[in-house]
Amino acid sequence: MREPRWFQWVRGVGLCLLTLFTVIPLYVMVTTSVKPLSDVQDTFQWLPSVLTLEPYVDMWSTVRLADYFVNSAVVSLGAAAFSVLIALFAAYAISRYRFRGRDAFRFTVLSTQMFPGILFLLPLYLIYATVGQATGIVLQGSHIGLIITYLTFSLPFSIWMLVSYFDSIPVDLDEAAYIDGAGPVQTLWRVVIPAAKPGIAAVSIYAFMTAWGETLFASIMTDSDSTTLAIGLRDYSTQSTVYWNEVMSASLVVSIPVVLGFLALQRYLVQGLTAGAVK
Amino acid sequence: MTVTSTASTAPSSGAEPNGSRPRRPRISKRSVPYLLLAPALFFELLVHIVPMLGGLWMSFLRLNQFFLREWMSAPFTGLQNYRFALDFHGAAGVELFQSFAVTIAFAVITVGVSWVMGLAAALFLQRSFPGRTLLRGLFLVPYALPIYTSVMIWKFMLDRSDGMVNATLSDLGLGGERFWLLGNNAFLSLTVTAIWRLWPFAFLALMAGLQSIPTDIYDAAAVDGAGLWQQIRTITVPMLQPVSQVLILVLFLWTFNDFNVPYLLFDQAVPSSANLISIHIYQNSFLTWNFGLGSAMSTLLLLFLLVITAGYLMLTSRRSRNA
Repeated sequence: MREPRWFQWVRGVGLCLLTLFTVIPLYVMVTTSVKPLSDVQDTFQWLPSVLTLEPYVDMWSTVRLADYFVNSAVVSLGAAAFSVLIALFAAYAISRYRFRGRDAFRFTVLSTQMFPGILFLLPLYLIYATVGQATGIVLQGSHIGLIITYLTFSLPFSIWMLVSYFDSIPVDLDEAAYIDGAGPVQTLWRVVIPAAKPGIAAVSIYAFMTAWGETLFASIMTDSDSTTLAIGLRDYSTQSTVYWNEVMSASLVVSIPVVLGFLALQRYLVQGLTAGAVK
Repeated sequence: MTVTSTASTAPSSGAEPNGSRPRRPRISKRSVPYLLLAPALFFELLVHIVPMLGGLWMSFLRLNQFFLREWMSAPFTGLQNYRFALDFHGAAGVELFQSFAVTIAFAVITVGVSWVMGLAAALFLQRSFPGRTLLRGLFLVPYALPIYTSVMIWKFMLDRSDGMVNATLSDLGLGGERFWLLGNNAFLSLTVTAIWRLWPFAFLALMAGLQSIPTDIYDAAAVDGAGLWQQIRTITVPMLQPVSQVLILVLFLWTFNDFNVPYLLFDQAVPSSANLISIHIYQNSFLTWNFGLGSAMSTLLLLFLLVITAGYLMLTSRRSRNA
């Protein structure tokens, strides 16, 4: 495509605007996290009056950040691990077998993406309470309850992505494994999974991010022992002050793992997206 | 492989070497896919399908704080909750309608702007130049951030009379301290915040779509004398239609159901100009403890989304077939 002059201008200006729009809030986040408290209580300044790392130290004692961090890590890792494992089995079935109900299953799972969370928040809460009363398994306010809830949030997309990855792996490989006497699970484990590693990595980070950022269900389904970061970070605003500098330093620390993971793996997410869209 | 067809009745005393004939699987072959699907199905049923049906059931009950403990014995009221929610002469009906209108406006603007920005950025970054990879990564950062951190940043910038936005406006001589998180300004704040964290997803999807368009089509068009703008209009946008179709639907459903951005941006006091439908239902259910009414509203919301989705898919599929 030959580019006329005007397009080069439009591109330059457009990219500048988009960059400013993206960068300014990020800049505010980073600089605020190294400001003393008096700075954030005063009129906004673009530069800190003094550079200080105090917010990064104090943020752990102002609220129980470490506890929230552990809760979020347990819940998100658990949800991601189970979600990917379950999605692997389901995607393998959809990709390699033709069976009755296959399309119905695909459609149902995808359509759950459409449900407004608010619709099943309360019934789910009551179901968890009822299960707790009946069996003694505490789902409400516990890590396991959140793990179960969150794993289903990423399941539809994970299955969809993995099906398109699996479809691109030649079936001959499976058949070779079958001839060697492997069952379906062994074939999945030894043949398909090693060939779909990038897709699995991408799906894992997606599932992790989904759980790490969830707020609506966390607002109802956690108690003071299982508070996740999404809810816990609000504790920095007290009646008298908001510790904005600590909010930003905590936000930064909390964001870095997911942002790096996402940027490292977004290439594979795109591959899965295009493979899915082409079909 | 050793042939051991005669060993069918003989008890195998573990003497068979590793390469022997595999044991016949105990489970029939036809049940294998169902077994593989079972865990996914179980959790989808537990967390999505059964609660959804439960919500449907609850919408016909008089389920308020008096019956919550014994929710299974709450009295059946038929369509009472629906009648109440849709009574546009009463306060509840008017509020629901306002919230609905706000949500539509919010979703249409957010999705439209995100799509345009995403397409522009994808086109700008199509050709390689120094710094392209850097910009591409940078644009994706807001989407990768956990929702609550991105909303916190915007809350900090918009908050207070001397926050970042007001301070900058007065530096630029556009003075006047405004309350961005109150009144009608709240709608603008909500929309900008939502766009900031959503448009990178449109960018990501459209960038992937652009890569699948073969470049020789452009060359052919250029030979025919089509300018760049014409090429974008007559080749790029139509060729992106399959990606855009899914993308716009997904973005619409996400923004229409959005809870996080308003909930985190305004805390408990969401101004009516930013009172999205999810917030409205949440407040009606969990603050007033009227879960029957909340469920009726949620069911209406689901019905609306079903109709919109079906209509949209029919419309866009027909158009792409005619094209």
